[in-house]
Amino acid sequence: MISLISILFIVIGTLFILVGAVGMIRMPDLFLRMSASTKSTILGSGFILIGVIIFFGDIGVTGRALAIFAFILATAPVSAHMIGRAAYSDGVELWEGTVVDDLKGKYEESKMVLSSGEFGDAPDTWQTGGSLPSANEPPTEEDTKPFIDDHGV
Amino acid sequence: MTPEDAATIVENLNSFVIVPLLALATVFAFYRLTQGPYLSDRVIAVDKLSGVAVAMMASYAVATDQMVFLDIALVVALITFLGTIGFAYYIDKRR
Repeated sequence: MISLISILFIVIGTLFILVGAVGMIRMPDLFLRMSASTKSTILGSGFILIGVIIFFGDIGVTGRALAIFAFILATAPVSAHMIGRAAYSDGVELWEGTVVDDLKGKYEESKMVLSSGEFGDAPDTWQTGGSLPSANEPPTEEDTKPFIDDHGV
Repeated sequence: MTPEDAATIVENLNSFVIVPLLALATVFAFYRLTQGPYLSDRVIAVDKLSGVAVAMMASYAVATDQMVFLDIALVVALITFLGTIGFAYYIDKRR
């Protein structure tokens, strides 16, 4: 009976992985394909590892299966994010039915440097770090005024 | 239901449902690996193939009642993550 429950979980996980693989063929865009692949792989592997835990019922197997699932859960979004970011900066075309492209117009074309707002509107102090007094300029009235702290007296 | 019947059902499900469906998923991912218009498509296909491989190893551990395959699945998941990160850096820096 235990083995039947575990094999049911494994079949469910297999179906999830198969649906993700179908999405890799049918989706029209790289980013949609990546979404389908990553999410279905996490869910399918989770169900299959739950089936493995139920089948063996051993503390060592449970630890290994939980380690595999935690590793997949931690690394699959990271790798998907990095591949998506690299693909976008590589110039991968979006699907023609794409509704919104949040990064459009917010980067410099040649160097792919992101900035908030339209590029070119960023103030100069963003790069120079504000207006520091230069050593070549003569001291102003503010600089030469002696600092007296009279505490309001 | 005797334990022998349960073992037979498990064996039949593994032979006629799980392994063919995972093989079909492998074929679909391999289609994207060969036909992908961009390099990123192929990297995603390799990532998906590694996920299918981990699933195959886990189900094979159940089918053969040997827990050693889980260690191999852990190693495969780890190595493929490093490969994907390396390919992402390569795609980002090659321009």
